[in-house]
Amino acid sequence: MATDVTSIPAPPIAGEPGIPRRMALTFVEVVSHPLGAIGVLLVALIVLTALLAPVIVPYNPTAISVKERLADPSLTHLLGTDQLGRDLLSRVIVGTRTAMTVALTSLAVALAIALPLGMIAGYGPRWLDALFILLFDSISSLPMIMLGLAVVVLLGPGVSTVILVIVLYSVPSYARLVRTQTLSLKTRDFIKAEQAMNAGTMRILFRHVLPNVVGPLLILACLDISTVITLEAGLSFLGLGVKPQIPSWGNILSDGFSVIRNSPVPVIAGGVPLILATIGFTFFGEALRDALDPKLNPERKP
Amino acid sequence: MITFLLRRTGLAVVILVIVAILLFLMMHMIPGDPTVVALGPRSTPEMREAFRQMMGLDRPFIEQLGLFLARLAHGDLGQDVWSRRPVLTMILEVLPYTATLALASFLWAVTLGVLLGCIAVVHHGKWGDWLIGLVSIAFVAVPSFVVALYSLLVFAVWLNWLPAIGAGEPGDLAAQLRSLILPSFAVGLGWVGYVSRLIRAAMIEAMGEDYVRTLRAYGVAERRITYRYALKQALLAVLPVIAIGFGGLLTGSVFAEIVFTRPGLGKMTYDAVMSRNFPVVMGTVLVTSGLYVACMIIADAVTALLDPRVRSTL
Amino acid sequence: MTAPVLDLHGLSVNYGGVFPAVIGVDLAVRPGEIVGIIGESGSGKSTLAHAALGLLPKVARVSGDRFMLAGNDMLTAGRNTLARLRGPAAAMIFQNPMTAFSPVHTLGRQLRDLLWRDRDQTKAQKRERIVKALRDVGTPDPAGKLDAYPFQLSGGMLQRVAIAATLLMRPSLLIADEPTTALDVTMEAQILHLMRTLRDEAGVAILVISHHLGMIAEICDRVAVMYAGRIIEEGPVEAIFRSPGHPYTQALLDCEPALILPGIGRLPVIAGEVPRPGGPGCDFVGRCRHAEERCRSGAVPWQALRADPGHHARCHRSAS
Repeated sequence: MATDVTSIPAPPIAGEPGIPRRMALTFVEVVSHPLGAIGVLLVALIVLTALLAPVIVPYNPTAISVKERLADPSLTHLLGTDQLGRDLLSRVIVGTRTAMTVALTSLAVALAIALPLGMIAGYGPRWLDALFILLFDSISSLPMIMLGLAVVVLLGPGVSTVILVIVLYSVPSYARLVRTQTLSLKTRDFIKAEQAMNAGTMRILFRHVLPNVVGPLLILACLDISTVITLEAGLSFLGLGVKPQIPSWGNILSDGFSVIRNSPVPVIAGGVPLILATIGFTFFGEALRDALDPKLNPERKP
Repeated sequence: MITFLLRRTGLAVVILVIVAILLFLMMHMIPGDPTVVALGPRSTPEMREAFRQMMGLDRPFIEQLGLFLARLAHGDLGQDVWSRRPVLTMILEVLPYTATLALASFLWAVTLGVLLGCIAVVHHGKWGDWLIGLVSIAFVAVPSFVVALYSLLVFAVWLNWLPAIGAGEPGDLAAQLRSLILPSFAVGLGWVGYVSRLIRAAMIEAMGEDYVRTLRAYGVAERRITYRYALKQALLAVLPVIAIGFGGLLTGSVFAEIVFTRPGLGKMTYDAVMSRNFPVVMGTVLVTSGLYVACMIIADAVTALLDPRVRSTL
Repeated sequence: MTAPVLDLHGLSVNYGGVFPAVIGVDLAVRPGEIVGIIGESGSGKSTLAHAALGLLPKVARVSGDRFMLAGNDMLTAGRNTLARLRGPAAAMIFQNPMTAFSPVHTLGRQLRDLLWRDRDQTKAQKRERIVKALRDVGTPDPAGKLDAYPFQLSGGMLQRVAIAATLLMRPSLLIADEPTTALDVTMEAQILHLMRTLRDEAGVAILVISHHLGMIAEICDRVAVMYAGRIIEEGPVEAIFRSPGHPYTQALLDCEPALILPGIGRLPVIAGEVPRPGGPGCDFVGRCRHAEERCRSGAVPWQALRADPGHHARCHRSAS
């Protein structure tokens, strides 16, 4: 399910004092709820693993050792090995890195594209806006896997394809959010004041619209990380994502699926981190959204 | 009502056309010979020539696009690159399987989801509510193919209670139903969580309405207020959201069909992608898009019909 | 004198132990009597009305010396008692008739659900009763209304349906919380007529809450004036309106648009705001023209006006 765009709370006007302080307060609010606490814990675990991957990985995740294939978990291989003798724990750890890298890169690209597109759609002429909306709706009409399959069949599998699919899938909903925020800001007095002073469009967009739309957009992206991780893992599972040698949770699951009757360990090894990551980021995102919702926290000014 | 439906259908057609154009453009934007792009490097010259003929690749661009759209309008979705069978026929063959899977998942989602949502509301504010909330969000978060794999592992491989492969023989209803259980569970679980949150929110809103106060003022039992009045209002509010997403159930079906080796639109698309069978992929993507949009229209129409306030204006 | 249907003595309602919405209210409504409560928004009159049927949320704590409804002790009443009383003992109609009923159920269904107590009656019998009640309140085509949805009826019509619902209960007390505020004048007249008929023919006691002085003057026998959670004046309707004993009541009357003489330049208002209730002395002291030192501290006596023992006011000046 694509994240519900309309439920993102309106941003405080940029320029109010104490943004770092507000961030700290928000963080405290998030962890004070069990949902947020669990989320933060899991997110921290995942992010740390991804960052420290090269340091903590016990073996080379691509090192094949056929005589050790499908070994059970032991002290030398904590999670055992897969059917090519590769250490599963190492693959899982590096898979964390893959997941995070792909997710963050594609989100960054999607945001970079959606931001200007959305601002143009919201601020520019009506016909342009209508065109963009039609475009966005068309792309959104495809379930993400179908979109993914269509792109892959043309471009072949690989990391860049995965990133492209994620970007294509995310941009419509992000751009729509930016557009909505821009539209509502367009009618606010301080924008009109700038227009009255003959300020250029670019200046208005950069100095006033941009800071105010970035906030909710980031929240939306945060909520989306889980979806993006799922998409990458899903495509990799189908063999359409990252190259087979590069460890990805999806790869591990796919290999595990083919040997599921021989040993359940690979499937469990690949699935559990994926579950933890998706649950963690989703819980964190939900708690973040609740913490920032002015309806639930009346002391926050809407 | 008629104008409303016509307008929505018109919009749907426009969206489909745009999707088709996008696919067409994608094919042409890739550098290199479009036939190689579409059919892969291992395609034979004969295949490529046939493809070139079919798509009219020698003609000017606009003509190609026009040809393409015209063919689509006639229901010609091209032919399978290998078997030369019409794509439309192939799609229609597997569509029932995917449709039953989607329907079964929908049933899971609605029954279990509404149940969980109601229980959460009844225990509003207490730990039961919180627990169901946690579980619901977890259901939404966890990818469906992981659920599919794990339920396959537990119920088909370890416990051997349910079949791991296939959709059952035609005519053998019991076998077909048994093979439907795990896949539809996997696909539907995410929706269970989503529906449960939606129902809970809608019912809480309903319970705050004025008419609940009237009912209480006459001593009507809380249970009746919850299940006969609040739930109905909640279902009416939530139904359009769920119905729109029915089209999206096709996403999960891809994985379920692969993990459980079932025939279906998703598996066909996947196989086509693996074998570089571009016309099939394009056909299924278009059909999927069309189904999604059709579901939205049907959802709107059904919602309008169910709400007495809207019904009276028709 | 017959026993009052609603008997309040020292009733208080406090939200979360922090905000006193109603303080020490004494009120009695006897069978066949129409009692009105007037006051500004926020005076606590609506809270009082809701408290009478136990309709306040859990965070509102109701306490007092005596709170009897149709002979039942409401301070110790449990869920079952409340369910038993709501309807047959006292029925309530609310301010906004358009939202009083579920929009997605037919009126017939909802009215039938309100008759849940009559388990031995068949659907047809209940239907007959409902149709008769609708006819009694003057609804055209009562049988047809059973299959109608609330949005198909006007506000005035819906309020009549609401009254019909109370008729079905045959309550001893009807509580009407701003029953005509959302209606226009002609509908108001019809509703008032209905209430009068109820009282005349069935001896129903009626408690009317309103800030509309004209309506109160027209229909009530006795009036209580509420300010900042307390009843600050109470007496027969003519006395209250002709010779009010409390400066606040006088000020209310002065501000009533219908009573203003032509030629006035600006509309009169009562300067200042309603203070947070529960402070020392009289709550009106900041806005009162006749405020004296003794008004600021110490309890203000509830005393009868010289001319009329049935007319009391909470003011130092009333006895003089």
